[in-house]
Amino acid sequence: MEKTHTTQQATIPFWRDERVLRVLGQIIFLIAVIVFGYYIYNNMITALAKQGMTPSFAFLNQTAGFDIGERLIEYERADFNKRAVLVAVLNTVQVSIVGIILSTILGVFLGIARLSTNFLVAKLSSIYLEILRNIPLLVLLIFWYTGIFITLPRVKEAISLGTSIFISNRGMVIPWGIPTETWRAYLIVLGVGIVLSAIVNWQLNLVGKRTGRPPLVTLWTIITFLAVAIIGWIALPQSPLTLDLPTLQGLNFKGGYTFSPEYLALLSGLVIYTAAFVGEIVRAGILSVSKGQIEASRALGLNAFQTLRLIVFPQAMRVIVPPLTSQYLNLTKNSSLAVAIGYPDLFAIAGTMHNQTGRSVEVIALMMGIYLSTSLITSVFMNFYNKKIKLVER
Amino acid sequence: MSKKLFPIVALLMVLALVFGSLPVAAGNAAQEAGYGATLATVQERGYVICGGNASVPGFGFLDEAGDYQGFDIDFCKAVAAAVFGDAEAYEIRPLSSQERFSALQSGEIDVLIRNTTWTLTRDTEVGANFVHTTFYDGQGFIVRKADGINTLEDMDGGTVCVQTGTTTEANLADTFAARGISYEPVVYEDVETGWTTYEEGRCDSYTTDKSGLVARQTLLSVPEDHMILDETISKEPLGPVVRHGDDQWFDIVQWTVFATFFAEEHGITSENAADMMAATTNPREMSFFGAEGDLGVKLGLSNDWAYNIVSLVGNYAEIYNRNLGPDTATYIPRGLNSLYTDGGLLYAPPFR
Repeated sequence: MEKTHTTQQATIPFWRDERVLRVLGQIIFLIAVIVFGYYIYNNMITALAKQGMTPSFAFLNQTAGFDIGERLIEYERADFNKRAVLVAVLNTVQVSIVGIILSTILGVFLGIARLSTNFLVAKLSSIYLEILRNIPLLVLLIFWYTGIFITLPRVKEAISLGTSIFISNRGMVIPWGIPTETWRAYLIVLGVGIVLSAIVNWQLNLVGKRTGRPPLVTLWTIITFLAVAIIGWIALPQSPLTLDLPTLQGLNFKGGYTFSPEYLALLSGLVIYTAAFVGEIVRAGILSVSKGQIEASRALGLNAFQTLRLIVFPQAMRVIVPPLTSQYLNLTKNSSLAVAIGYPDLFAIAGTMHNQTGRSVEVIALMMGIYLSTSLITSVFMNFYNKKIKLVER
Repeated sequence: MSKKLFPIVALLMVLALVFGSLPVAAGNAAQEAGYGATLATVQERGYVICGGNASVPGFGFLDEAGDYQGFDIDFCKAVAAAVFGDAEAYEIRPLSSQERFSALQSGEIDVLIRNTTWTLTRDTEVGANFVHTTFYDGQGFIVRKADGINTLEDMDGGTVCVQTGTTTEANLADTFAARGISYEPVVYEDVETGWTTYEEGRCDSYTTDKSGLVARQTLLSVPEDHMILDETISKEPLGPVVRHGDDQWFDIVQWTVFATFFAEEHGITSENAADMMAATTNPREMSFFGAEGDLGVKLGLSNDWAYNIVSLVGNYAEIYNRNLGPDTATYIPRGLNSLYTDGGLLYAPPFR
């Protein structure tokens, strides 16, 4: 029997042997991909060499030579290009993080509202979702920028809210704290506050577990932190921050902190657009929880809010998180549209750098690498969270 | 399974072989920037492709009829006239300031004529070759008269709108840093957005080459409310640009520019070119027209190339006056852009 099997085996030529073909197919495909990749890479290198250019990242250590209007860290024209890249990355990351937080809050609210039994709330929410999901983001951004923020009153006729918040088409200026000499000491005090409140939180939870009657854990945690923060503020010889009020001097407001119209327009556009998608994801998540769960929870005497918080959301999160991750990634990548409205994000600064140095291939490769890394970091974080909340299977 | 897979695998193998054996960069003939390759490509195609501007009146913009007009566009026509004897054998690719060098490097355009400043970095690392300057410009600032700004120092603490991807952006940073003037730049990719926001008051000033300021001032809703500061903070020699590597094409574009200078210097215009060609006894003019010698052939063109430029497009003065002269809305005094005999910088080497 075994012998016949082997002779039969031998009679099949290898090009008709399915097992060989399967492996062979993959190998050939891999070779084709590598050859194609090498071809286009070689093509680029040869074309550049013909014009006397060799790819190099040395420009990163050369003087940037241009200014950036908005920055979170110190930067001036004499700094290196790599510093400019850092400024740009921080701008992108900052607008993305704030955007993700705000669009999640607005989106959850919209998703719940759309399922509301209140006719007006449900309809308004669905109109919002349907309209905003179907307008291209670039159109929204241009609308917010040239239609709303730029058409606000000029700086000399700025609208004032209270005495020291001003809104004009140069942005929104708010009072801001300037750190004094004791600011560093106060940061340490705040650190102590965080540690203390964590200890309180931990101990109260232990008490709750032991007695089965948890005290107001969150409230006491916050009270502990605030107490330390306030005592520290009063105890220090000089208050750690002094208030800097904006005033109109010459052409612009001096002092305070300015949110530029470019930043506000970008943030509004991103949040309003992404929230519509988040809303739909939240709605889908809530609807995925079986009706019996809600009925059971009501039968146990939980009110509507408790049902949502304790029964529906924990289960809905399993459905919500994976698509939500891709919305967060979209928001980060969509922030590159900032270039259209003059906000100095990564894409805009990379464009300037590309033009000042002429290093198109290198600058674009660098930019792709950075966007890829931020997206991967977001993914890793969200996957970790997803793992934590997903159904524990045994 | 394997039978279905086989054709796909076979196809991939063929593809791999084809790509592997192709001479590198054969996909785009224009990328072969070797000597004479650009002219051959252009002649085979039948028209010249110029990278241009679509939004600067006087230099490159779309008129009501949807045609490109302007100073830079006319030099594109001059190149077409030199190569084909037909001033309409051209196509304009409107490019943003960011796209322009990539378009040139990749061979998408044959020549870039788009208010492009000649700098050392662009001449070397960017892989561009600048032919002779066609317009000597300098960077200036436009402000609202009502703001009481008369010098750059008055702009301290103000906001300046600027277009990205320009020498302007770097000049602005250099000058303001050197003079210790604090300012906030707002950088736009799109020139239209920049001007809109300047007009709405987002910025105290818009900065670009003075020629661009003069041209765009005419498009503001109330041009009289604005003024251009006297100060010029940079040298901006603007001219056509070609790729590194094809010296013949460089020479053709270079001498096309010189031909317009020469024609003005010798009083040859589009109207009298035919008569001058028949009547002239000046040896330089005779070789210019191709009646004597073979200057055109040396460039790889027909011998009447210069005649075609002047008769079909005109001399430098004609091109200038048509687009930037006193009768146009975008009037810019000639200043440095006059012949050397009139105290300007236009000086053509001998046509011999």
